[in-house]
Amino acid sequence: MSEAEKPPRPTLFDLAWTFNHIALASFGGGLSAWSREVVVVEKKWMAEEEFLSALTMCRILPGANQVNLAVFVGSKFRGLPGAAAAVFGLSLIPVLIILGLGYAYFKFHQVPALQSVLHGAAAAAVALTLAMAIKTGRKCLRGIIPVLLFAAIFVMNGVFRWHLLPCLALLAPLSLVWGWPKTKKP
Amino acid sequence: MSAKTLLQVVFLFSSLSLLSIGGGNTVLPEMHFKSVSDYHWLTDSQFADVFAISQAAPGPSILIVTLIGYKAGLTVGGELMGILGAVLATVSMIVPAGLLVFFVVQFWEHAKDSPVRHAIEKGFAPLTVGLVLASGYVMSRAADQDWHAYLLTGACTLVFVLTKINPLIVVAIAGFLGWMGLV
Repeated sequence: MSEAEKPPRPTLFDLAWTFNHIALASFGGGLSAWSREVVVVEKKWMAEEEFLSALTMCRILPGANQVNLAVFVGSKFRGLPGAAAAVFGLSLIPVLIILGLGYAYFKFHQVPALQSVLHGAAAAAVALTLAMAIKTGRKCLRGIIPVLLFAAIFVMNGVFRWHLLPCLALLAPLSLVWGWPKTKKP
Repeated sequence: MSAKTLLQVVFLFSSLSLLSIGGGNTVLPEMHFKSVSDYHWLTDSQFADVFAISQAAPGPSILIVTLIGYKAGLTVGGELMGILGAVLATVSMIVPAGLLVFFVVQFWEHAKDSPVRHAIEKGFAPLTVGLVLASGYVMSRAADQDWHAYLLTGACTLVFVLTKINPLIVVAIAGFLGWMGLV
């Protein structure tokens, strides 16, 4: 992408507002898929590969993945204040909602009757996550090696339910060797 | 007494923040052990319930710590202590790991043309797609309990892949179907 095509650098308010939007949209789950939907597709703040690698780095680093991603995007554009703005936007309204639910729970010993609505919304949130895998897979699973890497980590982490770290300990070195830029011959 | 509890909240969650390699869920067992068996802030079934609430509410699922901090405050004081506990727990869980990510991003932005960055961006993409599919698969095992729900998930996936309809509309319709008792 050339400099001219780049969208303008988001302001602190943009960051907070956007991550607030992402957090509220994720009612029922699928926060990663929502982040991609907004950060890559709608706002075009990051390219697909940059976003995907950021997502995995955010999973490796300690901390909640989604909070880390907000820190990542916020500090990429606006440094420490940007990170704070993105995290603030991501968390403020959800914290208020969860405090309201917690108050009701500890006061009346029951959870407000949202279960049935959530049940439907969760089915769609799963779909958004699956659709993200399909859409991003079509772009970056070209060739036999990426398909093998993709399939191997899916089976280890999804089917066998291995923890993230052993999966990455096995596969990350292979993918780095594959992804290492080839030195061009003169 | 209350100051001691608030300090325990801060120390527990800021250390869990740095230990949660691989995501917040990895420290849930330790969080359960400390807050239920060690500090007696919640009972076992309350822990299970606040976990369910934090999963259902919008936003990061790590906000379970908000509710644990809230209940820790409640056990030593009134509502105000509860809210103070909630805020301290949330900030303690976010800031240490967040600072670490911030420093990694500084390095990352300075390494724009390094081969390491190119290798990670290219090489990690297929792994991330696999991990995203894995989490979709695991979520569907938990969220879709009968064929109605599988059908709804399948139909929504097709809509998301094949059309440009705003996903929010689809999620809202699915929530409505759930409310009608159809899923």
